[in-house]
Amino acid sequence: MDIKVLGPGCKKCKELEKAVHKAVDEIGLDAAVEKVEDMDKITGYNVLMTPGLVINGKVKVFGRVPKHKDIIRYIKEEM
Amino acid sequence: MAESCTCSCSCGRDASEILIFPCSGASNVGQIANQAGVELTKAVVGKMFCLAGIGAHVGSFVESAKGAKRIVAIDGCPVQCAKKTLEHAGVTITDYVVVTEEGIDKNRNLNLAAEDVNKICTKIRASLGIS
Repeated sequence: MDIKVLGPGCKKCKELEKAVHKAVDEIGLDAAVEKVEDMDKITGYNVLMTPGLVINGKVKVFGRVPKHKDIIRYIKEEM
Repeated sequence: MAESCTCSCSCGRDASEILIFPCSGASNVGQIANQAGVELTKAVVGKMFCLAGIGAHVGSFVESAKGAKRIVAIDGCPVQCAKKTLEHAGVTITDYVVVTEEGIDKNRNLNLAAEDVNKICTKIRASLGIS
C-alpha cells in the first residue's frame, strides 16, 4: 500500500503524519508512510489545502487532520 | 516558541476549520456571494471551498467538508443551490445567508457594488462571531 502525507511541514502536517503512523501500526499494516513536502508535487494532487492524505494514489481527505477512526477507514478502503 | 507555518492549512487562527461555499451563480447576487467568499478568505475568516467538487461528489472534497467545524453556505437567491448541493452530499450547514434576503435584488448586472459584498461579509462575520 502506498500512503502519502502531503504538507510542507507545519503543525497539522506533522500531526497527520503521526496519526497515520499510529493507524498503520494499529492495523498491523506493512506500509511505508511517505511525507511529501515539495509544493509542486503537492499541487499535483489537486488539494485545496494541506495537510492531505493520499492512499494508493487517491486523495482521501485534505485541509484537516481526520479522526483516528476515519484514518483507519480510509486505509481499510484500500486494503 | 510558536512553530512557524509555511503551508496552506492556516495554523494560526484556524481558518481551515471554517469552509465557505458560495453558490457563485450567474447573476449579481450569485457573484456577490462568490465575492463575499473571496473577501472572507482573504481576511482569513475562513477558506473558500469548491462547491462544484461537492456537487460532483468528489470523495476527498466531501470528506474534507464533513470534518469542518463550521460550514458557511452563501446563496444568491431563494433557489438555494449551495444549500441543496451541500445537503445532497450530506454536509451539514452551520451558517447560512441568502443575498436576496439582505435587501439586495437579483438582476443580471455583474458590476458588483462593494457595499453589497461588504453587507454579506458583515452578516457572515456576525453569524460566526468574528468581528
